[in-house]
Amino acid sequence: MAIEIDTSAFTEEAHELLSELEDSLLELETNPTDQELIGRVFRAMHTIKGSGAMFGFDDVSKFTHEVETIFDMARNGTLPVTKALIDLTLAARDHIRALLNVAAGIGVADEAEAKRIINALKDLEAKESEEETKQSPPRWQRAEKTDLDITANKDNIEPQLFRIRFKPTLDIFANGTNPLLLLGEVRELGETNIIAHNDNLPSLAEINPEQCYTSWEIFLTTIEGENAIEDIFIFVTDDCDVNIRLLDRENSVAAEPQKLGDILVQRGDVSKDTVENAVKPLGDRLVEAGAVSSTHVKAALEEQKAVKEKLEQKKRKESSNTVRVPAEKLDNLVDLVGELVTVQARLNQISLSGGNHDIQVLAEEVERLTGELRDNTMSIRMLAIGSTFNKFKRLVRDLAKDLGKQIELTTEGAETELDKNILEQLNDPLVHIIRNSVDHGIESPEERIAIGKPPMGNIHLAAIHSGANVLIRIKDDGAGLNPDLIRQKAIENGTISMDSELSDKEAFQLIFGAGFSMAKQVTKVSGRGVGMDVVQRSIENLRGSIDVASTIGKGSTITLKLPLTLAIIEGLLIKVGDESYILPLAAVEECVELLAEDKKNTHGRHVINVRGEVVPYIRLRDRFLVEGKPPDVEQVIISQVNESRVGFVADDVIGQHQTVIKSLGKNFQLSEEFSGATILGDGSVALIIDLAKMVRLVELEEN
Amino acid sequence: MDVESIENSSQLLTFFLDEELFAIDISKIREIIEFTKITTIPRTPAFMRGVINLRGSVVPVVDLREKFNMPIGENSVNTCIIILEIAIEDGITIMGIIADSVQEVIKLEGDQVDNPPKLGTRLPSDFLVGVGKHGANIIMILNVDKILSAEELSTTMQEDAA
Repeated sequence: MAIEIDTSAFTEEAHELLSELEDSLLELETNPTDQELIGRVFRAMHTIKGSGAMFGFDDVSKFTHEVETIFDMARNGTLPVTKALIDLTLAARDHIRALLNVAAGIGVADEAEAKRIINALKDLEAKESEEETKQSPPRWQRAEKTDLDITANKDNIEPQLFRIRFKPTLDIFANGTNPLLLLGEVRELGETNIIAHNDNLPSLAEINPEQCYTSWEIFLTTIEGENAIEDIFIFVTDDCDVNIRLLDRENSVAAEPQKLGDILVQRGDVSKDTVENAVKPLGDRLVEAGAVSSTHVKAALEEQKAVKEKLEQKKRKESSNTVRVPAEKLDNLVDLVGELVTVQARLNQISLSGGNHDIQVLAEEVERLTGELRDNTMSIRMLAIGSTFNKFKRLVRDLAKDLGKQIELTTEGAETELDKNILEQLNDPLVHIIRNSVDHGIESPEERIAIGKPPMGNIHLAAIHSGANVLIRIKDDGAGLNPDLIRQKAIENGTISMDSELSDKEAFQLIFGAGFSMAKQVTKVSGRGVGMDVVQRSIENLRGSIDVASTIGKGSTITLKLPLTLAIIEGLLIKVGDESYILPLAAVEECVELLAEDKKNTHGRHVINVRGEVVPYIRLRDRFLVEGKPPDVEQVIISQVNESRVGFVADDVIGQHQTVIKSLGKNFQLSEEFSGATILGDGSVALIIDLAKMVRLVELEEN
Repeated sequence: MDVESIENSSQLLTFFLDEELFAIDISKIREIIEFTKITTIPRTPAFMRGVINLRGSVVPVVDLREKFNMPIGENSVNTCIIILEIAIEDGITIMGIIADSVQEVIKLEGDQVDNPPKLGTRLPSDFLVGVGKHGANIIMILNVDKILSAEELSTTMQEDAA
């Protein structure tokens, strides 16, 4: 029986590398000469190849090897980075992903596609080498082996710390050598710390400006070997004093930076006795005693610091590792914290009514800890939206290419964090919206030039924090929506009647109707009328809202408003009849009383005068078909719903409540008006009211 | 689930709704709990009795007596909630049904179970997996996956709302 190897780690890593590969390639497209990007692309492929082979993904490894070999030439500068090369490498990246899926049992391998990519890549390469020299064999055959070995080494090399003492001869300037240029070259190898020694500098009267009196000490952390450093000084070693020493090796044994005195002794700057004689502030004493100049001490201190830093870096690298945890475990943790919050609420209730001081103190402590635990757990689930944004770069690029348009995608606020679950469910709606922008929004380059816009269209994706919400804006500088056309179309569809008067904003809302499409033609990308209604539904499922603004000829902006998290919210606990309900506190503005005379003054119309402003309200008693007599004084909770104020009338307002949101049945919807439920301190269940949904339903029923 | 699968192995939990004996395959049953406070959900059909707190989870509870148009009596000490695991779409959903009293777990052999009759049960025949004979009793073996399926719940809700 074969030994089962857990390949999930590899697959996961490979998928991550592939998305990194994609990002780097897209960036490379804009900066085709960026060596670092080329290196990143190469490294990603190299790692996939290596670990693929290790885990028995031979197909993946073989294919990646072929692509890598050719891309290596781009790395060496023998093959220019062209759009064709990037296109092919992107295609290759997709194929690698397909191969990974095949290995996971999804789909079948497309041999022809692999051949096509490899052949096209080889054609590119052949063309290039033809131009270079006719005789030499294809580079990817010739150089493959050695090149790969070198890179394999470089990838694994740990940076090393070198000390270079460079004492040029007095006449170095006469040879036409500028020592500063050499120092510059050293700097390019890695992180450097350079100290100049001016001990030999004569007084101004004696100085000969054509002579070099300075010597240098350089601490260099680099992944290049000693040879690379020697190469820099190769022309001066004969008449200058150059001493290169690897510091790491000595220190790695001790694993502790050396003592200053030891260093000075070792370097021969001072004798061992002098060091031993010095008792306190070692460096100072040595200088005082005239045994060593202050620059020497400084240099030694610098050396000590560099070694220390390096060790610390190494330690940090080991400890700051991230941990990969299955999402499921995290969800379980959040569930448990939710239960703890519920239990804690109960404990609080009991401790307050019990009057036992010790228990009250304890309950307060538990409350504090639970709060911290909750915040920490929630923060673990928060992910930056950047990775989601990056996925769209490829989408926009490919779609634009298909449609013959020029579009760039710019992003803002990639570091904005959102709950993992929200991020996951945000992907599809965003794809829909961006597709619409690319297809209907942005015009073709010719049209754009004709109306005086730059040929390159822009789609701007931005994420902004706003209180307990995150706003995601998708803005394009395309044709914009024509409200008149939407009205016309809606009348044709029978969505609205001929004589209905809609504001532009209301007209824009129509695009969210099921089956509504503005496209004159169904294209490959969109126009089938499936989409915006689905987008709206998924955003609402996330307890978010969606808003459209548009100017004809200038472009449209779609704003998604999403809650930070789906798990726990601040709620306002109210009572209607015998049941308790929760309103999201974020929407609540104020609570006012509804007196019997108020009701009389409005003749049964559901409006209330709040300091001069007329606010309509919904009586939850009526809405929930509660029987029995309401209290004499009812409470109106004035809330902000879709940018207008609406009141909700309850029997009583109990107060603020930490609300752990539980879904009402996972795979079906019990009721539209409730977004979920929560468990109260006494163990009973309270439903969470979806204010926006309820307002919309009431509007529909009343009209 | 079909007649065959019952013939092969199944053990069934029997319970009363009103005076009538019903049964559900025990593999569908998670647990049986005492009757507890049910929070009603406004504007849902009557058979959807509401939600309960099941050790920190919110679980919907359905009243089959309402769904089968049976008389609903007073709650007694025997009234309880049977918590079921229902396969809806791709996932398992936890749901409760109210039972007037729970009887016993029985094992029926193949010849004790018949296909559901096309008429006479006053229930849609796809609500039943079969009809069992146990001593003198006739037992309606319920297909809970079907009765509590998403489309069944939503169609009834629409009818109710209309």
